[in-house]
Amino acid sequence: MSKTAWLNLYGHPAPLCAEVDPQHHSVRLGAREFSVAAERWEVPTRGNVYGVALNFRGALAALGAATGAPPYQAPPRAPILYLKPRNTRIGYGAPIPIPAGVEAVAVGATLGVVLARSTYRVPASEAAQCIAGYTVVNDVTIPHESYYRPALKQKCRDGFCPIGPWIVEAEQLGAADAVAIRAYVNGKLALENNTANLIRPIHQLIAEISAFMTLSAGDVLLVGLPENLPLARVGDRVAVEIEGIGRLENPLVAEAAAPGRS
Amino acid sequence: MKRARVAYGGVIHEATEAAGRVRLGSGELLEASEVVWLPPFEVQTIFAVGLNYADHAQELAFKPQQEPLIFLKGPGTLAGHRARTRRPAVSFMHYECELAVVIGRPARHVPRAEAYQYVAGYTVANDYAIRDHLENYYRPNFRAKNWDAATLLGPWLVDAADVPDPMNLKLQTRVNAELTQQGTTAKMVFDVPFLIEYLSAFMTLGPGDVILTGTPEGVVNVRPGDQVLTEVEGIGELLSFIVEDTADAA
Repeated sequence: MSKTAWLNLYGHPAPLCAEVDPQHHSVRLGAREFSVAAERWEVPTRGNVYGVALNFRGALAALGAATGAPPYQAPPRAPILYLKPRNTRIGYGAPIPIPAGVEAVAVGATLGVVLARSTYRVPASEAAQCIAGYTVVNDVTIPHESYYRPALKQKCRDGFCPIGPWIVEAEQLGAADAVAIRAYVNGKLALENNTANLIRPIHQLIAEISAFMTLSAGDVLLVGLPENLPLARVGDRVAVEIEGIGRLENPLVAEAAAPGRS
Repeated sequence: MKRARVAYGGVIHEATEAAGRVRLGSGELLEASEVVWLPPFEVQTIFAVGLNYADHAQELAFKPQQEPLIFLKGPGTLAGHRARTRRPAVSFMHYECELAVVIGRPARHVPRAEAYQYVAGYTVANDYAIRDHLENYYRPNFRAKNWDAATLLGPWLVDAADVPDPMNLKLQTRVNAELTQQGTTAKMVFDVPFLIEYLSAFMTLGPGDVILTGTPEGVVNVRPGDQVLTEVEGIGELLSFIVEDTADAA
């Protein structure tokens, strides 16, 4: 079934609105019809990308009793955020550079909630009005055990945040509180989870985050990473698929050795 | 040269400093109190360094680290000179006077010896912390360090060429004119060239990125009504007003 989506195609000066088919990975743009793989894609939003740590029940459970011991001392009280800064964001199909010495990265399959307006102190009951749409995100992460310190080296490498291919308008999807999230490595299903397993569902998350900071129009909120993320290596092609939204594919390539001034 | 971004007469202006006053592009001269001060440049990625002064780390009972503790902040926390910062209903909120380093060119794999070539200039930062909201996950977490309008930058962006030795500048904070914090950038654990080398070794920095380099000892609680003046020698004096959070939902 086709849905209205926002997208940024390479070479186009402005975002476009098109009919997309998330199941068959195709786009209808005016009279033109094409498959996702046939185009070059830019990131579909210029907003900030905020991730939420430990928001899947299984991901928090994986820490187990450790949350009660040093260094954590207690389970998280409020949403724990991190940023995927501008150097990390790439579009559908763009290569993810894997630094030398990094053997494998986790495929961070997640749903991106795109904000419609400036959102501060919005209760869960009104959060739906603040959502413009949904997109697919791969929060590429170098595996690390500790959540104690911010994970810049593990999460903020160049190209470590593919987003897209598009943003499906919120009205087309309704609530996204029970959508399947899947990850594939070289076409093989490697992860399956569902947003029904979020500790804080999307509206609750928006309420609790907007209690202490403003989210802006175009910002993307990553709802959380499921447990048991698959690993991928240079030469692999990874895909993140979200039911009713789309499929985001990117190849992993070796980062060019010390390019010097870029 | 010292540059600022100010709002005046319904327009955002790029202004310069003229004998302590604000000079608009038109040549019009204004007093500091006549304009609304914005962060003095278009801010991109915001890096902040924690525990970068051995004395402050001791004050917080931390051992100095082998690697810098760096965290990111979002744009909603930014504010300019003379900003009002709301204090939520907490027991401990403190300022942090810091030297802010603004990147001027794309930077990747920059060796320490060349790091200053990538610096556009410097400004003063006051990076408030809501201590009650600290948690031990990705610490310091956003709820403690990313409160709206709690990261002030300004008043001026001072050209790098006008700051011959950024690693030897006095820092001080006055709360209601009383001196509460004193230090010098000479005592940073990880200095500016190191930080640029460190970050650019694993990610690309770009123009408008800013590194808040940490604060020395002497952080104290602030309350509504307080006027907090953070100063970095030769860079500027950044004024901040603490106000009550009248609709506290936090």
